[in-house]
Formats: sequence, structure tokens, C-alpha cells
Amino acid sequence: MGMTMDDFFLMALAAGVGVSMVAGPLGCFVVWRRMSYFGATLSHSALLGVALGLLLGVNPMIGVVATCIVIAAAVFSMERDPRFAADTILGILAHGMLALGLVAIAFLDNVRVDLMGYLFGDILAVSTNDLIWIYGGGAACLLILGMIWRGLLSMSVHDELARVEGVPVSAMRLIFMLMIAFVIAIAMKIVGIMLIVSMLIIPPATARRFARTPEQMAFYAVIVGSLSVLGGLAASATIDTPAGPSIVVVAMVLFFATAMPGVARRQA
Amino acid sequence: MIDSELQTPLIRAENLTVSRGGQPVVNKISLTVNAGEILTLVGPNGAGKSTLIRALLRLIDCDSGVIQREPGVTIGYVPQQLEIDPTMPIDVRQFLRLGELSSEEDMKRALEEVGVAAVIDTPMQGLSGGETRRVLLARALLRDPDLLVLDEPTAGVDFGGQAELYELIRTIRDSRQCGVLLVSHNLHLVMAATDRVLCLNHHICCEGQPDAVTRNPAYLELFGSEAVASAMAVYTHHHDHQHDLTGAPIEESGHQHHGHDHG
Repeated sequence: MGMTMDDFFLMALAAGVGVSMVAGPLGCFVVWRRMSYFGATLSHSALLGVALGLLLGVNPMIGVVATCIVIAAAVFSMERDPRFAADTILGILAHGMLALGLVAIAFLDNVRVDLMGYLFGDILAVSTNDLIWIYGGGAACLLILGMIWRGLLSMSVHDELARVEGVPVSAMRLIFMLMIAFVIAIAMKIVGIMLIVSMLIIPPATARRFARTPEQMAFYAVIVGSLSVLGGLAASATIDTPAGPSIVVVAMVLFFATAMPGVARRQA
Repeated sequence: MIDSELQTPLIRAENLTVSRGGQPVVNKISLTVNAGEILTLVGPNGAGKSTLIRALLRLIDCDSGVIQREPGVTIGYVPQQLEIDPTMPIDVRQFLRLGELSSEEDMKRALEEVGVAAVIDTPMQGLSGGETRRVLLARALLRDPDLLVLDEPTAGVDFGGQAELYELIRTIRDSRQCGVLLVSHNLHLVMAATDRVLCLNHHICCEGQPDAVTRNPAYLELFGSEAVASAMAVYTHHHDHQHDLTGAPIEESGHQHHGHDHG
């Protein structure tokens, strides 16, 4: 039995670290571009994606990615309307889509849905199939991110300057959004829909204090994210706390611990 | 100084119109920027200067008109504002390499050319307003541009620093023989630093060489007493390059006139 617990633990750890490896660098852009509320809006819509996936009999992850793309497109088109403030639109969609997802799940009579698992994560139930998604998709994501890194960074510094210098800003924005949708889909299992944004923003925020370059910040974010996963899972295994929330709590503790005066404050 | 008819045009706009909310912000404007000349757009706030620049750079769509860019023309752009989020750790070296993957020597040479050789390791957020403008200029120069487009190149720079920046832009034009299109609402300094002026208030009020424009009734009407001061700036420039010394009292006299007009 100890053997099986170890297996669960290692699978969970592998999944968590895998998600951190993608969420760290992507999360840096979410922080730099001040898109955390946008990320929250997409992740809150993920439940609707799960429901649609189950309803149509496809992999819920595909449902999540598809829903995120539709919601992102809706946000982009509505943000141009001067009658609504951007954060109002994000608030309407975030909560509206979460509510719609809960309603849609209720319609799925014939499918048993682990709602708590989707909302707050079910990392100990990670399957080999999940790991393939996380590492296969994650590797593709990182490869693409590496290819568009400089352009994406340039447009995050100054959008119009990047455009004049020939960066295909619209295409980059679309690719970035697709990658965020993918991270939401794979992180759902780890920390759950409600807490996904924390995987994107807390490790980069912690990493910022130690980084001198954007690349360092992305790298440190992976380390901090992985440590959070390790700490959260350890807490879960030893004192039986819920795994997903524990990961987020550890991430938050790391953030505040390094935010203490005197710690890496030199370059601020 | 430079006969524009002998020059090669780099970019040309014909009958350009850009509207916002049904109102033409840029109204049937035609202009040409030639290699080796400095063309300055002046005009009051909200006259459509930045809109025109952004249309020329194809950052916004035009309602009508034609923009012709000579094939192979590289544009170096210095935007009006640069606000890098404090959460992004980025120093001048990394910032410069976002534009062009330049070598260390090229970057140092460009920074030297714009007079801020020492800042290469400085975080971007730690630069002063003037240093930021110069680093932006260095990034534009690293592209080896045929045309430099500068939107309010002296934004956030004190008066003495502004004069130096215009001087620098002239020096760059002289050494590189690139075309320069710049936007300014600082009439005093820009008139001394430009070859041609295009006075804009949605449409073109007047255009020509600075001393001719500053005597143009349309120009005087648009800028009122401020224009008187800039006419003096042109005059004084020929005597003295110490803009920061001559410039300050000129601005004061401009304000005095302003007071009289309304008081």
C-alpha cells in the first residue's frame, strides 16, 4: 500500500512540475501584461468547457480549450466597446460563465461529475493520459513560446513599437491566448478552476524579486512553482490537507516569505 | 539648406483622412518626407499630429487616401510614451536587443551616438525621462533606419535637455543622412532644428521652411503669441547654440504676451 501511495505522489508531483514548467514562463507574460483578471475569466469559463466536452462526448480538455478561445474572442471584441470598462466585461464573463458552467453540469444527469475535483483540483487522481497531455502539450507550448519569446516580449514592452519593427502582434496575441487556454486545461486537474490563476501569477511574482532579466524571471518562476507543488503535496501527504489548495497556500507563503524586508530588496 | 525637390522621397501620403467618431481628425493631408531632411509636424494639442504619424506607420487604418512607402525603407520609430511595467526586470541591453539582435559593440556605439554610453546595464525603469528618450533613439538607430519617426521626442524632458535632444536629432541626420519625421508642440526649439515645418490643425494650415512658416498668418493665428516667441527662437538660433541659456527667457516673454492678450 505504501508503494501505491508513492506512485500517486510521484504521478502528482510529475503532473504539478509539468504544469509549473509551462505556467511559470507564460505566467510572467500574464503578470507583465497585467492580464491576471483575463486569466481568471478564461479559467472560470473552463467549467462550461468541461460540461460541453462531456455533453458532446469529447475529451473535457478539448472542451475547455475551445470554450476559452470563444471567451477570449468575446473579450477582445467587447473590449473595443467604449460603453463598458474592460474589467466590467471580464467580471460579467468570469462570473456569468462560471454560473453557466454550474448550470450546464447540472443538466448532465447520466454522467457523474466530480464538481469539487474540477473546481479545486484532483491532483492525486492524475492518470498516465493526463501526464501525456501535460508533457506532450507542455513541450509543444514551451517550444512555441521559445520561438515567439522575443516578439512577445517586445510587444509586452511596447505594442506599437513592436509593430513598427515588424512583430506580427495579432498573431502573437492569438498564439499567446491559445497557450493560456491550454495551461488552464492542464492546470485544472492540479489546482482546479478556481485556483488556476494562482499557478500563473504567484510564482512569477515571487521570481520577480530575484530576477534581473525576463528570462531569469521565467526560469525562477518554474522553480518556485515546482517547489510550491512539492510543498503542497508534502503537506497533503503528511497532514492530509487538500492537495490543490495546499499547493496554492505554499506558493503564497513563498511569495510573502521572500517579500519580507531585507530579502532580495537591493534592486528594487 | 536642403532643396527638397532634389531629394528621394522615403514616404509619401496623399489626401490622407482618418476619422474618429465620424469627425475627421486628420483631414486630406498630403506630405512627403525625403531622405536627409527633417520634417516637423507642429500644431496644438488634439490637432491630429500623433494620429497622422500612427497612420503613416500603418498602426491605424485610414478612411481614405494613399500612403506610399519606398520599397526597402527601414523605419526607426521613437514612440511618445514608454511605460514598462515595473514587474518586468529588463535592462537597457535587453531592451535594445528586442528591436534588433545587435552585437555588444553595436549597442555600445549606438548608445554613445545618442550620448548615454554608461546606461547599458541600467534597468529601464531606472532611467530618467531624457535617458529613456535617448535609449529609444538608440534602439531605432540600431535598425540602421532610412527614416526616423519621432513622436514628441522630448516628452518628459526638461527644457535644457530638450534643446540638446533636437541638436542630437540634427547631428544624427547629418551623419546618417536619414530622413526625419518628428512631431512636436514645442515651437521654440523645433523651429531651429528643422528643415521644413508642416503646421497642422486637422488639415494643413501652412507648410514650408521654418522662417517662412513662422511669418505665415495662418500659423500666427493658430499659435497666437506663442508663435512670436518661436519666431524669436529661430532668430536667436543663428547666433547661439546655447539653447538652454537663450531658450528660457524666450519662453518667459511668450507667457507675458499671453497674459496681455487675454488680460
